[in-house]
Amino acid sequence: MGIEIYLLVLLIFIIVGALIAVETKNLLSAVISLGAIGFGLSIAFLFLRAPDLAIVQIAVEVILLIFLIRATIGRDVISAKGHIHWAGLVVICLLAVAVFVFGLFAFRSLNEFGAPIIASVQDAPSNKYLQDGLKSTGAANIVTAVLLDYRAYDTLGEATVLFAAIIGALAVLRGRAASRRKGSRQMGSPQAGSERRKDK
Amino acid sequence: MKGMTVIVKTVTRWVKVFIFLYGIYIIITGHLAPGGGFADGVIIACSYILLMLAYGREFALKRLSSRAAHHLDSSGVLLFLVVALLGLGYGGIFFGNFLQTRFPGVAFKLLSSGTIPISNIAIGIKVAASVFLVFIILSVLRIVLDEDGTQKMVQDEEEE
Repeated sequence: MGIEIYLLVLLIFIIVGALIAVETKNLLSAVISLGAIGFGLSIAFLFLRAPDLAIVQIAVEVILLIFLIRATIGRDVISAKGHIHWAGLVVICLLAVAVFVFGLFAFRSLNEFGAPIIASVQDAPSNKYLQDGLKSTGAANIVTAVLLDYRAYDTLGEATVLFAAIIGALAVLRGRAASRRKGSRQMGSPQAGSERRKDK
Repeated sequence: MKGMTVIVKTVTRWVKVFIFLYGIYIIITGHLAPGGGFADGVIIACSYILLMLAYGREFALKRLSSRAAHHLDSSGVLLFLVVALLGLGYGGIFFGNFLQTRFPGVAFKLLSSGTIPISNIAIGIKVAASVFLVFIILSVLRIVLDEDGTQKMVQDEEEE
């Protein structure tokens, strides 16, 4: 029961952080509250006894924070402008209520908190992994045994996705950078303007 | 982009080694303790990104150039695939753990669990190089748009 109270406090903290990240006008505040959401999530993973996920979450969160600050703050864009679209707001509220009601019904049909489904289904493959994992793979960390032995196909697919994403981003962004540089040589562009400003 | 102040540089000089060593520790003990391939790659990339943020781009790219990061990225995936194909060749199953079935090590020791540590190292190298490359992509694009002093960097990138 104690863990659930801590988790509730953490979830309220995460929701408040998400609301601040959406509602604030200053981009730096939005990025920092995103980071607060990530750290709260990693503490929640620790409470749920998933240290692997907590380590991954905290490392990725730090990297993501650096990326977002470099990508958004360095561009001289520090505040988001815009006004509220009332029709869109009504649609979003209706959708949120629909998802909330659906979630209520979905959670009714699930097991109790702390009683996983694999405990009630005897033929689930997870039971076999937990029983025979140490004997058949020799890995003391069952998460690594599942990731890199039982479900290594998934990891291979994940690595392929990451590889393709990096190659695609390199190709697209490098081409764009080169074309802008060429354009700045031929005709006047903001870059040429900044050069002139430096000369003064 | 010549880096940050002396305080940041001095702290970075001491801290970068510990971050790198922690990443390597998580790689090596990935099959014994919490951690694994993805987290350690991100942590190792963190040490290089800290170097780049504190000392500037050229200092970090001299240590790990973008071309070397490309090769590490590709070779990580290749090593993972080679492990999978060796499992197919020796054990008859793609991704079969042939080392564990042939030489079963003692559990909870460093040298145990067959091909899992090798796969961990492969995934770690791959993720570290990928995250570092993402950072290079973002900063190179930004430099081209903003300043003129680092255009050589972009030309080096284009020659590849």
